[in-house]
Amino acid sequence: MNLFLDAFAWLADPAHLSGADGVPTRLGEHLWYTIVAVVIASVLAVPAGYLIGHTGRGRTLAVALTGGARALPTVGLVFLLALLVGIGITAPMIAFVVLAIPSVLAGAYSGFEAVDRKTIDAARAVGMTEWQIVTKVEVPLGLPLLIGGIRSATLQVVATATIATVVGAGGLGTYIFRGLRSNDYTQMLAGSIVVIALAVALEVVFSIVQRLVVPAGVTAGRPSDTRSKAARPGAVTATPLTKGTQ
Amino acid sequence: MNWIWSNSDYILDKTIVHLGLSVPPVILAFVISLPIGWAANRFTRLRGVVLAVAGLFYAVPSFALLVVLPGLIGYSIRSNTNLIIGLTLYGIALMVRSVADGLQSVEADVRQSATAVGYSGWQRFWRVEIPLAGPVLLAGLRVVLVSTISLATVGGILGINGLGLLFNDGLQRDIMAEIVAGIVLTIVMALVLDGLLVLLGRALMPWTRGRSATRTGTPTVARQKVVAP
Repeated sequence: MNLFLDAFAWLADPAHLSGADGVPTRLGEHLWYTIVAVVIASVLAVPAGYLIGHTGRGRTLAVALTGGARALPTVGLVFLLALLVGIGITAPMIAFVVLAIPSVLAGAYSGFEAVDRKTIDAARAVGMTEWQIVTKVEVPLGLPLLIGGIRSATLQVVATATIATVVGAGGLGTYIFRGLRSNDYTQMLAGSIVVIALAVALEVVFSIVQRLVVPAGVTAGRPSDTRSKAARPGAVTATPLTKGTQ
Repeated sequence: MNWIWSNSDYILDKTIVHLGLSVPPVILAFVISLPIGWAANRFTRLRGVVLAVAGLFYAVPSFALLVVLPGLIGYSIRSNTNLIIGLTLYGIALMVRSVADGLQSVEADVRQSATAVGYSGWQRFWRVEIPLAGPVLLAGLRVVLVSTISLATVGGILGINGLGLLFNDGLQRDIMAEIVAGIVLTIVMALVLDGLLVLLGRALMPWTRGRSATRTGTPTVARQKVVAP
């Protein structure tokens, strides 16, 4: 475990904690890229996902897209864009957004789909307009799954942002690649530890947010880990809303 | 395009190596997930813990994991073993949930009936629960397969053999055709093997034919269910 002690010592070294190449700066870059990419992806994908979820149209396409995206090698996409667009942050940023869109889209439409049809019928029966159904029923009830999608997208971008440095855009991957080129395993390990810590921290934050956004009176979004069998095989189901009385 | 024709042997070699590095982790992950998923389903308390750990582990960026693993296990970063172990771990993290969910989808009545007609616990598991959980297992395995093939390219940046090397080489030497070839071959390999897996599923589970029990949409969603407690 000496290797890890060395890595932590490297991280604790004041020389590595300040300046443009310091850990805080690189961490900030990494986080900033992630936030910008996820926000852009959400602006594009959430309305589209809501439209698909509400109308049920284009679902096949969305499913194919989200499924197919999994096969797309992220490294290849980043490098290809770098050759097309040039060195700098633009190329990796486009790649991050492209990689983040499928998860956000899936979260948005599956959130709508997971809403029980009876709930929507009830909303319509009490006289809600289509717009009210969307904003007052489907959006709040689908929120936990949307957050889940944004969470997947965030983790995807955090992971992919480690290779931004290869095309000249900094981030925490800087240490890993510098270490790789100079056979400095300590530096590589130190960089990797910070990346992992960032990813795990974000994962935890999202799981907390995901619980907080559950509308009062609904047990949806809670980890369905002890739930009974899925109502719709494979569909999302945080088994929402079937039991309004809980 | 010229680059591709004049280097077809090189590309073919990388493709075969890539296949050889991606398939074992999928099989290993499936085999290892069965007992873990079974235990997670059998013991309620364990379920939350196992699924939370799997979810958190899946959040670890692959590239960072491939750097950290050698420090823990002692292999060279550039070795195939490093990549195979890393990919297997990711596969397990995804597959455990499918196994637990699949086994849970078997109705209690069915399990009891199996016991009533004289199946031992072991027989019941293999001859009743696993076949009935089959569609869910298949859906999970498909996600593992496709993401493993795609993830294996990450090894290329570290210098591990496979299609990922095409990305590295293409970027360094400014050969766009090489990168495109790598992307296309990775996707094609994923699609072809996924198709074979579906066919295998139909052969093994003839009763699922005709109704699409496995949906390609499940995965992302399954991943979201990780919604750790």
